Amino acid sequence: MGDLLVVGAGPAGMAAAWRAAQNGLRVCVVDDNPAAGGQIWRGGPPEAQVWFERIRSVDVEMINGARVFEQLRTGTLLAETASGVSELSYKSLVLATGARERFLPFPGWTLPNVMGAGGLQALVKTGLPIEGKRIVVAGSGPLLLAVAAYLCGHAANVLMIAEQAPAMQLARFAVGLFSKRMQAFELKRQLKDVPYRSSCWVSEAHGTEKLEAVTLVRGQKRWQVDCDYLACGFHLVPNVELAELLGCVLERGSVKVDDFQQTTVANVYSAGETTGIGGLELSLVEGEIAGLAAAGRHDAARELFAVRDKQRKFAELLNRTFALRDELKHLPTPQTIVCRCEDVTLERLQRHTSWRAAKLQTRCGMGPCQGRICGGAVEFLFGWRAESVRPPVLPVRIDSLIRK
Amino acid sequence: MSETVTLAVNGIAVEMPVGSLVSAAILKTGTYAFRRSVTGEPRGPLCGMGICFECRVTIDGEQHCRSCQTVCRNGMDVRTDG
Repeated sequence: MGDLLVVGAGPAGMAAAWRAAQNGLRVCVVDDNPAAGGQIWRGGPPEAQVWFERIRSVDVEMINGARVFEQLRTGTLLAETASGVSELSYKSLVLATGARERFLPFPGWTLPNVMGAGGLQALVKTGLPIEGKRIVVAGSGPLLLAVAAYLCGHAANVLMIAEQAPAMQLARFAVGLFSKRMQAFELKRQLKDVPYRSSCWVSEAHGTEKLEAVTLVRGQKRWQVDCDYLACGFHLVPNVELAELLGCVLERGSVKVDDFQQTTVANVYSAGETTGIGGLELSLVEGEIAGLAAAGRHDAARELFAVRDKQRKFAELLNRTFALRDELKHLPTPQTIVCRCEDVTLERLQRHTSWRAAKLQTRCGMGPCQGRICGGAVEFLFGWRAESVRPPVLPVRIDSLIRK
Repeated sequence: MSETVTLAVNGIAVEMPVGSLVSAAILKTGTYAFRRSVTGEPRGPLCGMGICFECRVTIDGEQHCRSCQTVCRNGMDVRTDG
């Protein structure tokens, strides 16, 4: 048994593990991806090297490709690996499970080659050649800019970026970003030939067996653009399923934490996007605080509060800027699929008044993704939130369950 | 040049850089429908991070493997159901 178990090897998890190990704890990090770094540092980009170096400089056990799916008892989690099931015991726990993209349904969004913005970027990072491909990047959030710049850097033909947020809000955000660091300049340089349209979104994806074109809407204007890929995501939603399983209280869809990143469950901490969408810098400082607090170094943790406060202000600005506009609720037609696992259409959901009723009657949210994709959409469209999480929090092999 | 591995997607050989994921290899062969949905629609990868389960395929005989979470290996036999 280790002292500290960290779930998630993205920036927050790495920061927590580093600080805790530096202060004498025996630390184990478990992550479901084949390699550490999370989504943002997938493939170990140069800017992340300082953190990879820090992790290597301390004694941390890293378990990759393992999915935590259940709590065996207090202080022990179960994770499924390629070869079996591992029991992971701990005295303290840091949940750094990150976030996923929010997807909203519109006609044609289930066609092959319509992907998340981060989804397409992940594919390119892991070997998909993209040179010369015509790509529309759409949805909402700063991720769209980062993804478009990345795709341009890999010689893709990025046709445009469609951001649903209005120009006024974006202007305020740009000021915030500029005062934050020079990152904005760099993005602007990389994207110099790509049109960035505010108050603009995809109303329909066209094609039969795969994507062929999209219809874009901006004010009264509607037009069609032929493309090979649509990279479309509407900002991010925290991954809170494991925290909920452990009984952690949520607040506005994120894990509630105190000043030391401790959740409402004793010895369980949480850091990064899981506690609210705030970006890389906030994730890192929250991770450091959680790691220090778990190691009993509350004095050192307290010294980082000012940095975190500053980053939280930026996060608030971020979330205000990319708030979703109501028009997007009217994109799906009655026949548009909302739950992709069970192919549940909008009209079938409209007959119900709660997530629970819809689930029981239509199987919405009961497929392999367990509502991870349609949940964010259903919350936006109907205001319904899932009421409970039950183990296993991810589909696992039957022998993993029998083993218990 | 980085090293490569060769695997088969529906019998078509594809060469990928070491560390590539199966989902990228499938798309590289020109296959975009990874599976059929419960009502028979073609589907391909969406989230790219192991959450949506839309990219699941059969790898070396094992069904329902998420191709976006599986690293390419030499001699791997990948079958899509699209």
